Amino acid sequence: MSENLLEVSGLQKHFPITKGLLKRQVGAVRAVDGIDLEVRAGETLGLVGESGCGKSTTGRLFTRILEPTAGKIVFEGDDISHKSVSQLRPLRRDVQMIFQDPYSSLNPRHTVGSIIAAPLQIQEIPTPQGTKKAVQELLELVGLNPEHYNRYPHEFSGGQRQRIGIARALALRPKLIVADEPVSALDVSIQAQVVNLLDDLQREFDLTYVFIAHDLSVVRHISDRVAVMYLGKVVEIAERDELYRNPRHPYTVALMSAVPVPDPARRDRAQRDRVLLTGDVPSPINPPSGCRFRTRCWKAQDICATEEPPLITRLDDPQSHLTACHFPVVEDEVVEGRRPAATPA
Amino acid sequence: MSIGATNARPFLEVKDLNVRFETDDGIVQAVTDSAFSVEAGKTLGIVGESGSGKSVTSLAVLGLHRTRSNAKVSGEIWLDDQELVGASDEQVRLLRGGKMAMIFQDPLSAMHPYFTVGSQIVEAYRVHHPGVNKKVARERAIDMLARVGIPQPERRFNDYAHQFSGGMRQRAMIAMALVNDPKLLIADEPTTALDVTVQAQILDLIRDLQEEFGSAVIMITHDLGVVAELADDVLVMYGGKVIEKGPALEVFRNPQHPYTWGLLGSMPRLDRDVRDRLNPVKGSPPSLINLPSGCAFHPRCPYAGRNGNRSFTDVPVLHGDVHKVACHLPQEARTEIFQQEVLPNL
Ligand SMILES: Nc1ncnc2c1ncn2[C@@H]1O[C@H](COP(=O)(O)OP(=O)(O)OP(=O)(O)O)[C@@H](O)[C@H]1O
Ligand SMILES: Nc1ncnc2c1ncn2[C@@H]1O[C@H](COP(=O)(O)OP(=O)(O)OP(=O)(O)O)[C@@H](O)[C@H]1O
Ligand code: SF4
Ligand code: SF4
Ligand SMILES: [Mg+2]
Ligand SMILES: [Mg+2]
Repeated sequence: MSENLLEVSGLQKHFPITKGLLKRQVGAVRAVDGIDLEVRAGETLGLVGESGCGKSTTGRLFTRILEPTAGKIVFEGDDISHKSVSQLRPLRRDVQMIFQDPYSSLNPRHTVGSIIAAPLQIQEIPTPQGTKKAVQELLELVGLNPEHYNRYPHEFSGGQRQRIGIARALALRPKLIVADEPVSALDVSIQAQVVNLLDDLQREFDLTYVFIAHDLSVVRHISDRVAVMYLGKVVEIAERDELYRNPRHPYTVALMSAVPVPDPARRDRAQRDRVLLTGDVPSPINPPSGCRFRTRCWKAQDICATEEPPLITRLDDPQSHLTACHFPVVEDEVVEGRRPAATPA
Repeated sequence: MSIGATNARPFLEVKDLNVRFETDDGIVQAVTDSAFSVEAGKTLGIVGESGSGKSVTSLAVLGLHRTRSNAKVSGEIWLDDQELVGASDEQVRLLRGGKMAMIFQDPLSAMHPYFTVGSQIVEAYRVHHPGVNKKVARERAIDMLARVGIPQPERRFNDYAHQFSGGMRQRAMIAMALVNDPKLLIADEPTTALDVTVQAQILDLIRDLQEEFGSAVIMITHDLGVVAELADDVLVMYGGKVIEKGPALEVFRNPQHPYTWGLLGSMPRLDRDVRDRLNPVKGSPPSLINLPSGCAFHPRCPYAGRNGNRSFTDVPVLHGDVHKVACHLPQEARTEIFQQEVLPNL
């Protein structure tokens, strides 16, 4: 059993909604609303879910870019939930983040060399070989030409810029990298190049990744374990193969069945097996009572509106893994009239 | 069945299409010698990486380059036996939004923020049906909103685009595009910005509506999964050129061009076992101002030069019967490479 690098419990982030000149708080966006999760040393934990479900907020809490509203974040046994900026400085070496948009996350007025050198200088990391050499080694590591040290971000393509972001994240030799949609903006072939690079770097430096994405195929490729989020909650979490082979939460089942199959010969089957969800994701300001998925769930019963299903492993169920559902889907369950699965709201 | 030569031309036929843009950096050869056709009721998928000329191709069909002074278009575009490249601006404007319509990736760009969604659909309808009174047009708009699955269409008729969720906006834009029963629908990355569950709904909707109206559809996307779900025929573009085309089943099962192999190798897929590594195309896309000599793909192609040096000097022509490819490798060599080197790694 590997040890946990990061553990969060009861983690919440509510963004206040204010009104008027006095900024009176009238409500809150419950972006992350009670998450228990651990990140094991050396693994890649995938975090999937649809737009607005709280993935980025979770990533920003893990890296303590955001301070939690409630709950605890423990990194290597150290409670970092409410540490101040100066107290967090050592953490900044160990935990780094890579962002989705390679365009906006790099300062256009700085050379690539100074962008990558910045974390080294801020952290006062000694570079015996000299800063320039250190940066060039990093450029080489991520497959960029070390000669391009003095170029500006706009002189690079999207995939190359993402490599620059990776080099910057690697500069401090972190233990944990939280990658927030690192390949979502890239063309499929460039995406694959970056995925392979992340793979290689993980092997070489014993990195631990939290990989955030909405693309279930990419997440499956790269992750050891996968957590599925819906409306601020983790609804299911399991080993990669287990989750993809045997999804238990109705939302996970719907999500997976929606992924288009790149094989025209299987088109009809893919369409027949698809669980079409109706309606929209409810607002995180006013999430539904009980189970948050109940407004779109074809299995919902009365209890789903009154009792929130805990994220548990069912002892009476040999196929079980952590699932937050009163009536988990069982293997080969016939989903009545798969298309459409739920009635319009 | 009508006998004779009158119906010989496909519903949409594009021949020798070239689109170039004059820019400060030089001439962008965005589309070179493109040719394809789509029959009524059929879907053509266009795939290729960013900048390969997919959108420019479709904008040329719609005549939207006419508003760009730096654009030069040549070739022939036949829509229902009417030629569009040489047609007057007025003729093309009458077709656009009527006989041919388009849906985009970003519905907000197609919808005005200060007018209600309903009034914009009414407007789109009345432009092409000048004799129709407001009440009838309104009924038509509400009917369309209902058809694309917007709940409570009478009420939502009065909403503004920003009051809709992403998926609903996309539905509303589809309602607007379909209000005049277009015979050709061009969808340019219609689901790229959407979540998969919403994407599944929208693709389903396009499929159903196509069945109902018998329209021809061009689906532009970089997602091979979307193409596989929808397209009858597939066009693969690289550097502004069509480098492979054929029936979808053929192109996916028996891809012929090394770039297509690279696209497929790049893609992790849920319907297969997890691979140890992905096999992407190496390098990055070519500049359309200065295309590489010979086969534009040669700097990235692992097989360039396998059969002499023609890849570096001669532009390969698209050849083949139904399934066509633009590559110098002889058919047997391609089949062998695909079976032995490519397929095991897909
Ligand atoms: N700084 C903020 N202030 C107010 N609300 C916020 C803030 N950041 C995020 N939110 C809201 O919190 C919710 C979760 O947002 P988050 O960005 O974490 O989602 P996500 O899962 O990363 O979505 P996406 O896939 O679109 O990136 C959303 O409703 C979002 O609008
Ligand atoms: N108005 C214009 N002026 C100059 N160049 C243009 C113009 N419009 C498009 N181009 C160029 O034409 C080429 C093809 O662009 P196009 O938009 O068709 O690409 P695409 O295949 O749709 O890519 P994406 O997947 O990114 O949408 C690009 O190099 C683009 O920069
Ligand atoms: S708890 Fe009920 S509503 Fe929620 S996912 Fe399970 S069956 Fe559906
Ligand atoms: S013509 Fe040559 S370079 Fe081009 S795809 Fe074929 S083998 Fe590769
Ligand atoms: Mg996000
Ligand atoms: Mg485009």
